[in-house]
Amino acid sequence: MTTLLEVSDLTVEFRTARGWGVAVDGVDLSLAPGRTLAVLGESGSGKSATARAIMGVLPATVGRVGRGRVLLDGQDLLRLPPQERRAVRGARVGMVFQDALSALNPVLPVGYQIGEGCRVHLGMSRRAARRRALELLDLVGIPDARRRIDDYPHQFSGGMRQRVMIATALAADPEILIADEPTTALDVTVQAQILQLLATLQADRQMSLMLITHDLGVVAGMADDILVMYAGRVVEQGPADDVFERPTHPYTRALLDSICTADRKGQPLRVISGQPPDLGNLPSGCAFRTRCTQAADVCRTLPPATAVSPVHQAACHFAGGAA
Amino acid sequence: MTGYVIRRLVGMVPVVLGTTLLIFAAVYALPGDPIKALAGPGRVLSPSVEDALRERFHLDQPLWSQYGHYLGGLVRGDLGIDLQGQEVSALVARAWPYTLQLGLTAWAIMAVVGISLGTFAGMRQGGTVDWVVLTGTTVVVGVPYFVVAYVAQILLGVNLGWFPTSGVREGWPASYLLPAAVLALFGIPELVRLTRASIIENRYADYVDTAIAKGLPHRMIVVRHILRNSLVPVVSVLGLSLGYMVSGTVLIEGIFNIPGLGYVVFNGISQQNGPVVVGVCSLLVLVYLMINLLVDIVYGLLDPRISLAGRR
Ligand SMILES: Nc1ncnc2c1ncn2[C@@H]1O[C@H](COP(=O)(O)OP(=O)(O)O)[C@@H](O)[C@H]1O
Ligand SMILES: [Mg+2]
Repeated sequence: MTTLLEVSDLTVEFRTARGWGVAVDGVDLSLAPGRTLAVLGESGSGKSATARAIMGVLPATVGRVGRGRVLLDGQDLLRLPPQERRAVRGARVGMVFQDALSALNPVLPVGYQIGEGCRVHLGMSRRAARRRALELLDLVGIPDARRRIDDYPHQFSGGMRQRVMIATALAADPEILIADEPTTALDVTVQAQILQLLATLQADRQMSLMLITHDLGVVAGMADDILVMYAGRVVEQGPADDVFERPTHPYTRALLDSICTADRKGQPLRVISGQPPDLGNLPSGCAFRTRCTQAADVCRTLPPATAVSPVHQAACHFAGGAA
Repeated sequence: MTGYVIRRLVGMVPVVLGTTLLIFAAVYALPGDPIKALAGPGRVLSPSVEDALRERFHLDQPLWSQYGHYLGGLVRGDLGIDLQGQEVSALVARAWPYTLQLGLTAWAIMAVVGISLGTFAGMRQGGTVDWVVLTGTTVVVGVPYFVVAYVAQILLGVNLGWFPTSGVREGWPASYLLPAAVLALFGIPELVRLTRASIIENRYADYVDTAIAKGLPHRMIVVRHILRNSLVPVVSVLGLSLGYMVSGTVLIEGIFNIPGLGYVVFNGISQQNGPVVVGVCSLLVLVYLMINLLVDIVYGLLDPRISLAGRR
């Protein structure tokens, strides 16, 4: 399996009252061309921080990358000079944010906001960019796009606005699309439509899609690969079928158990007993051990990523089957 | 939109009545007798001439009646006749272009310099540029108006000879640059602080992350996204300061010898020439109100979320 995007040992830190706190700790992930990777995890597990680090939009002055590499076609984005990094953003990697209402500029027409990417990366004239914006609005399913192109974000419904957001991300035809919980802010009925749109776009354009989501039903339907995060670390990753078949980390199992009982498509992850960990005060070793039914003394040491199969790993001391 | 403008215009009527009455009463209350002032010191007019003059200017009538006469003229677009028998509207017509050129030039300088400095400072919050700009604005606020005017006149005009020192002989822009810059200087601190605060409020907004993620050049992110949003509150202040710039010309016109409205009002007050003072001042009020209306309309264009139709 060739990889397009290869993240290794990525560490993201945020400024806290007690100094820099680690929010993402040594994440490895890879994205293959034309495949969909679903990133799962409770809120606060570092999914957005990972995506933002890859994209280079960590909050200035309070967030930073500690160490690690983000290789795109073998080139480390984190070490590119600013101008070259900028040429990658939007052009090769696009990003869809969670809340389109705040992520779109309130005082600029949507057509302009979509066209910007075309002008900057594809060297289009204003007029050509506008034509392209119109095509993109059509593509993402905005009815009567010709009439809506000069409307402002607040004039669209939540679902339509997220479609506009997707159009802006697609403007310069990126190979990779990162969507950070693109449906969390939407009504349940609209969520499915947006996900369907993303799936269609991914398939038609042979894009790689990194889909951060809470929705396990979506993962089952769309993901080729799954990556589960807990407290800033990857606890399990592998092809979706393998992970569903043999969930190995107790955290992944707990997540899956919560949907096995019934069809819970469209539902958020069921809450697992116990508190999500406080990043400033993580338990030593496996961060999940304080909530884990299987925890033993060995869990006080950091579990290595253990191969469940050649393509499927879990970071658990019991992953080898010893339990 | 048309409905909104009409509603606003109707809403202005009481404001115009109130302010003109106030100005009128203030002039009425000026000490001294305008007819005696007209005659000049030491000279005495014959009682019959004096009576004729009083009657002609309705000075023999009570305040209410005088005001009524004045208002009647105003409605017909007639600013009346001053004590020397000149049409006030002719005086205004002669002086107006100078004031307008001076005020607009000052306003443009203020807008460009204030918004640029505010943007630079805001984008470098806590940095050296920010500190220098903020300190600069504090210093400007502390220095009296006329000191700057005289120092600029002597230093840049007389000693260095970069600008004409007084009068309008060299026309626009040469003759107006120095007085306009001095006038602008006093509007700049507020504008800088407001722009800076607005930039700081907007620069970490979510849509800025989107703009960065789209790979836009820094300049485009600052100007098109951050500044564009930051301007929404700035525009209303900018509009109000246009009125302020026009009224600020009164002092500056005196110092730099510019024969504009400020000059006319100043002379009007010292000669107790009531009709001139009242006429010019009411005109300034009208201009000020119109500018306000214009500002609100522009405001609506800048921020599409504000619907003019929905506002009172
Ligand atoms: N702007 C920020 N300032 C400080 N800490 C932050 C900031 N953003 C995120 N964090 C911290 O980083 C951790 C991971 O956050 P995030 O990546 O947003 O999680 P997720 O997207 O998985 O919900 C959280 O625990 C949060 O406390
Ligand atoms: Mg998140």
